Amino acid sequence: MIDGVSLYKFLFGRLTWAAFPIHEPILVGTFLVVVTGGVAVLGALTYFRLWGYLWREWFTTIDHKRIGVMYTVLGIVMLLRGFADAMMMRGQQAIAFGASQGYLPAHHYDQIFTAHGVIMIFFVAMPLITGLMNFVMPLQIGARDVAFPYLNNFSFWMTVGGAMLVMVSLFVGDFARTGWLAYPPLSGIQYSPDTGVDYYIWALQVAGIGTLLSGVNMVTTVLKLRAPGMTLMRMPVFTWTTLCTNVLIVASFPVLTVVLALLALDRYLGMHFFTNDFGGNAMMYVNLIWIWGHPEVYILILPAFGVFSEVTATFSGKRLFGYSSMVYATVCITVLAYLVWLHHFFTMGSGASVNAFFGITTMIISIPTGAKMFNWLFTLYRGRIRFELPMLWTIAFMLTFVIGGMSGVLLAVPPADFVLHNSLFLVAHFHNVIIGGVVFGMFAGINYWFPKAFGFRLDPFWGRVSFWFWVSGFYVAFMPLYVLGLMGVTRRLRHFDDPSLQIWFVIAALGAALIFVGILAFLMQLFVSIRDRERLRDATGDPWGGRTLEWSTPSPPPEYNFAFTPVIRDRDAWWEMKKRGYRRPLEGFKPIHMPRNTGTGVILAALSTILGFAMVWYIWWLAATCFLALFVVAIGHTFNYQRSFHLSADEVARIERARTPTLAAEG
Amino acid sequence: MAVALERIEFEHVHEHIQEHADEEGGSTLLGFWIYLMSDCLLFAALFATFAVVGGNYAGGPSARQVLELPTVEFNTAMLLLSSLTCGLAMLEVERGRVAAMQAWLAVTALFGLTFVGVEIQEFAHMVREGAGPDRSAFLSCFFTLVGTHGLHVSVGLIWMTTLMAQVGRRGLIPANTRRLACFSLFWHFLDVIWIGVFTFVYLMGMLR
Repeated sequence: MIDGVSLYKFLFGRLTWAAFPIHEPILVGTFLVVVTGGVAVLGALTYFRLWGYLWREWFTTIDHKRIGVMYTVLGIVMLLRGFADAMMMRGQQAIAFGASQGYLPAHHYDQIFTAHGVIMIFFVAMPLITGLMNFVMPLQIGARDVAFPYLNNFSFWMTVGGAMLVMVSLFVGDFARTGWLAYPPLSGIQYSPDTGVDYYIWALQVAGIGTLLSGVNMVTTVLKLRAPGMTLMRMPVFTWTTLCTNVLIVASFPVLTVVLALLALDRYLGMHFFTNDFGGNAMMYVNLIWIWGHPEVYILILPAFGVFSEVTATFSGKRLFGYSSMVYATVCITVLAYLVWLHHFFTMGSGASVNAFFGITTMIISIPTGAKMFNWLFTLYRGRIRFELPMLWTIAFMLTFVIGGMSGVLLAVPPADFVLHNSLFLVAHFHNVIIGGVVFGMFAGINYWFPKAFGFRLDPFWGRVSFWFWVSGFYVAFMPLYVLGLMGVTRRLRHFDDPSLQIWFVIAALGAALIFVGILAFLMQLFVSIRDRERLRDATGDPWGGRTLEWSTPSPPPEYNFAFTPVIRDRDAWWEMKKRGYRRPLEGFKPIHMPRNTGTGVILAALSTILGFAMVWYIWWLAATCFLALFVVAIGHTFNYQRSFHLSADEVARIERARTPTLAAEG
Repeated sequence: MAVALERIEFEHVHEHIQEHADEEGGSTLLGFWIYLMSDCLLFAALFATFAVVGGNYAGGPSARQVLELPTVEFNTAMLLLSSLTCGLAMLEVERGRVAAMQAWLAVTALFGLTFVGVEIQEFAHMVREGAGPDRSAFLSCFFTLVGTHGLHVSVGLIWMTTLMAQVGRRGLIPANTRRLACFSLFWHFLDVIWIGVFTFVYLMGMLR
């Protein structure tokens, strides 16, 4: 006999009405805003009949440029969520002193700092760098697309799926309350029996698979699809950093997959990898997650280094200083990234010799990084510097990142780390390098390549407003944290007893407010730029006087990028072509072999996301159905052999004739 | 002007090469190699976990008590033989003989199926004996490492069946031979991993 309760359990697992946080006013408010906004957007899309267009031209696209744009949009949207979390934390810490408990209960506050870290790293920083690499790298190497265009679409939607799971956890059940790396035994089933850690595991697994496959794709693209004449040592530095970052992805994300899978086995099947009893060892988790986690830091920063290299050379009107040393420094950082993971837990009892080894390797990393910094400075030296927006972000980066780097070298000294471990000094340090490095780099990159993607520049006035608020806001928000950290304040605290600390937290909250204005100004910049796109139009395809191949195409580039595969004779390929008086060919076009769009990526990622949700809530029938469906859809897809078509020579000629006359190089 | 024309011609030549390479799917094998290396790292992490906590029996059975070498020796032979027949199938691909290739693939699948079957038997037996994956860290590691390999073999079996159907439909067209090449890489790779499992889990487990 099946009674009501067991039928309910079968159908919905542990999902009950109690999972919906109707008693928490902050969440209900957020929910209403999200639903209203969502309904408005969906309604507008339906009203303007955009669904078909979005599905055909964007969701199912295998064009690396559009996938790059979609990654960037995802990153910006998730930035708003991650930043909302940051504001809530800053607000709480600014008022929760003495008798005041602030406005966030511990249960909620702990979810917020976890979600903030997870979202900012996995769903803001990663999509932004992946977006830029996707858009720029194939153009820089003279390729028509990435090596596996269909896989690229699938990878993107898996990242979206992971982000969706994190967002769902806001309104259905809880998110993890463990901190962004979910150390056991706290994240084990005994101490975190609710859905939080499960959301964390499945969100990162789904997104992580996407990232891993995108890494395989990019490495293959750089190695196999370079235009003739582009030897490795003629690749633009951004392409070099893309290669190194994706090598790091391929070599580190499998470890993340394993460590999350083992944690899941502990939680779901009662295994004993990281438990306190039956021979488990929680330190194994900490080691494994940082063997992924430290390379991850370099995965984020290397593409930003690539952006700065392109920007300094372009806006100084000079060749990049020390190209070879830049490449070797990048490769050194790639290798060293694997030899430093233990500096994240010097205090956890590895002993003096081990700590000394990892302290020294950590300090050694500052040498190639310093070499890069000098290369950028020497590129600026006696250059004709133009202070356009990308250059402003680059200069802010140089000043800010050096400070963050120095506090990092300080933390690399194990005795100093014993004092500063887990303190706000550490929080200030990594925000110093991630905001000052990755975020500034992404803003430089977005401002630099936006005209290539859309054919008009971003508005410089609102760009400058955003720039100044971001940069000043960063200093106001994080310098107080250095001070507090040196005074011994630890991270992730919801309430403080000592009233003398409050002033520093109030200043930090003010800084967060300044950054908020910077983000609003950035959104304003996007809005104004789209509104005034005719004023900001760039017909030349080369608005900055660029040096690398992407600037040889029209803006936006045709879907095949290059009608003729360019031949590379020099490092700054486009600069050299311009000097030789290159003319775009007007005839002799040939049919171009193009991959077809496909909806399979969207379907597979949607099934994976539902599978994750079902696993979180123990809805086994749904999980099993999705798992089977994944196999059926994936295998079904391989029976489709008609995956490409030929763009006729006449069509290519028509597209090229429409664009060629306006291009700068047309003599 | 003459120079410009000459350049365009030069580009046409390369254009042709590039198109040709694209149609052959020249990047697929390299891409698949890179994927296999990432898979190799996945196993590396599992081996590392086994090395660290695989000796923690927590009062439960030790490797020597639960593992049966004769069974696993038989199974190792099955997997190695399946690699041999997979290689023979690939030789038939070179010769373009569809029927012979299908036959060798079927034999490969049979060996693979035996391997998975025996492994499931072994697992079931251990669970019945009270040596399930939740008994100790050693057993968690054992089931996860060996099971992950077994899962890969199972996926390989599904893949093989799919490929046999596809070759049956369309013959040895370039797209299919490319897939077969990837599959054989995958299958041999699983063999290499199994040598590691056999050595470090079973043989060395007998010594501890």
